[in-house]
Amino acid sequence: MSSETGKILTTDGIPLEESLKQAEKKNKIKAFLLVAPLLLFLIITYMIPIGDMFSRSIDDKMVTNMLPKTYKAMETWDGKELPPEEVFEAFYLDYKILVKNKTAGKLQTQLNYEKNGFKSVLKKLARKQKKFEEGNYKEQIMKVHKRWRNVEYWRAIKRRAPSYTYSKYLKGVDMYSNEDGKIVQVSEDRRIHRILWIRTVEVAFFVTLFCFLMAYPIAHLLATLPMKYSNLLMICVLLPFWTSLLVRTASWMILLQQQGIVNDFFVWTGLVADDNRPEMMYNKTGTYVAMTQILLPFMVLPLYSVMKTISPSLMRAGKSLGATPAVAFFKVYFPLTIPGIGAGCLLVFILAIGYYITPALVGGASGTLISNQIAYHMKSTLDWSFASAMGLMLLTGVLVIYWIYNKLVGVDNIKLG
Amino acid sequence: MALPKYTEPHYRIWHYFYLLICGCVFFFLIAPLFVIFPLSFNAEEFLVFSDGMKRLDPDAFSLRWYKDMIYGTKNPWGLAARNSFIIAIFATLGSIILGTLAALGLSSRHMPYKGLIMAILISPMIVPLIISGVAIFFFMAKVGLAATHLGIILAHIILGTPFVVITVTATLSGFDHSITRAASSLGSSPYNTFMKITLPLILPGVISGGLFAFVTSFDEVVVVLFLAGLDNTTIPIQMWTGLREQLSPTILAVATCLIILSVLILLTAELLRRRSERLRGINR
Repeated sequence: MSSETGKILTTDGIPLEESLKQAEKKNKIKAFLLVAPLLLFLIITYMIPIGDMFSRSIDDKMVTNMLPKTYKAMETWDGKELPPEEVFEAFYLDYKILVKNKTAGKLQTQLNYEKNGFKSVLKKLARKQKKFEEGNYKEQIMKVHKRWRNVEYWRAIKRRAPSYTYSKYLKGVDMYSNEDGKIVQVSEDRRIHRILWIRTVEVAFFVTLFCFLMAYPIAHLLATLPMKYSNLLMICVLLPFWTSLLVRTASWMILLQQQGIVNDFFVWTGLVADDNRPEMMYNKTGTYVAMTQILLPFMVLPLYSVMKTISPSLMRAGKSLGATPAVAFFKVYFPLTIPGIGAGCLLVFILAIGYYITPALVGGASGTLISNQIAYHMKSTLDWSFASAMGLMLLTGVLVIYWIYNKLVGVDNIKLG
Repeated sequence: MALPKYTEPHYRIWHYFYLLICGCVFFFLIAPLFVIFPLSFNAEEFLVFSDGMKRLDPDAFSLRWYKDMIYGTKNPWGLAARNSFIIAIFATLGSIILGTLAALGLSSRHMPYKGLIMAILISPMIVPLIISGVAIFFFMAKVGLAATHLGIILAHIILGTPFVVITVTATLSGFDHSITRAASSLGSSPYNTFMKITLPLILPGVISGGLFAFVTSFDEVVVVLFLAGLDNTTIPIQMWTGLREQLSPTILAVATCLIILSVLILLTAELLRRRSERLRGINR
């Protein structure tokens, strides 16, 4: 029999294999078309803007665009000695336009970042340049201020030539590239960001730990109690879960204030004196307590859904084979709950590391996290490129954690409730 | 959880200790919510229990903060509530439509690159809110939708769809596709099949996803803080401002209303979950 006759044909005379392939392709397109609206929507409004954050964080075109002629003339300058006349002339022409457009202030600020004291030099030049005569700009500029004879200042201008910079990322970890282009740490009293990163990780870690320690017993109780009792107790977990985050933070602000109920209780038990009530809010304690309570349901629910599937007969079998309850628990029950522990810890850690509202309200100065710093730069200093850089550093951290988790435990279906 | 009679004494003690710990944790979870309730009826302006309240003196309780919430001019709670509901309702509808369609496509076995697409679709849930806020703000500012209702609604659709995608995909995982094939073979159009067969069966998942989306939008403050102008103030924004500047008992009155709302949502979600389990034949 030849292979031609061996092919099964459909009623239309097309080989079945091909017809099936076509149907398959049709189904593929159909399925994709259903997903397409949301996918496109998210790509346009969400994924691309996150990418845009990256280009914003490395963007340094401002100075480059303000001094186009200067940078063109500087291309051949090696930076060892004072630049030639052409550079002076180009700089004079660029700067004249900036002064005329009243945008010279921006350049002054930017160049002052590079070299301290540049601002006053530039300001003086702005005043004097009106009286400049044509030709021999090198002499005329150097006459305005003696610092123009210092090659350091010209090097500072040249350092801003590239359109892209990673300086915002260095700033995020308290480093900068100094005048020789070496990457060094900022002076010790100005290292604020590294403290924040460490604190954020520390808070996220301990909140996850506290949540785990508190959630494990109650998830176990919920999973082993008869349905009618566990449903009632489940409300204690689900009601906070569904309640507004701000409401829960508000209740902690009331509880933890100096005249609050928790302090009243401590005074009543005699643990602290009435006139020496401890400050429990606007510091790390407040952040820890409130965040643990707020994130606890996110730990309980995954643990519960895993524990619910573990048959109680396994523990009984372990015990009947001679294990003490403790051994049976650690050898049989605990290993079976690891997927739940993994899911819960991942969820709580990722939520905690990016927490903003609660630390901002109950954290005070010593309890704020990296998110608060990002919001501060977005809303107060308006240094959006720095906020973007910090945000992306945080995002990278979260994605790395997610990736590690995926390698270790595997992200199976995320369950809600 | 009665212990068998043969339990040794030290395990008995351990067991009661375990129950005690559980009790403490449950107390820690639920008790803070109940502080707000009595304090919102405080007749005085302080956020502590007055002596009168401790004696249960009726004069120490009043509805003045509820009146202030409704009629007060200082805090535009009425405007905030209206904005919050408008935004949340439209964001929920948008999330449900986009999310359900995507979930239907994703649960098809013909879907290419399933893992990658799922990762993109649920990414707004994994990315920290503050980063989503910054990114969405940049986008909305660029297209001129910052400080508009539409901008906030779109932002909340972004944040809400992952929940719908997850819940509907979960419902569809127990879905018997031969039913829809049976409908088609009996001459039903795809649209008709969806409306008459598929939708009623996945409805519990759609609604519970919608509830998540609603709560997410109704409770969302980080992204709105970046996006909202004066006209778009929402309940969370008002609460945020109030909590930052001065804790007034009016906030507690609002908080009490929000707790009642969340009790209602919780009840709906529970009923739906049970119905869905019954429909899908999961009996426990």
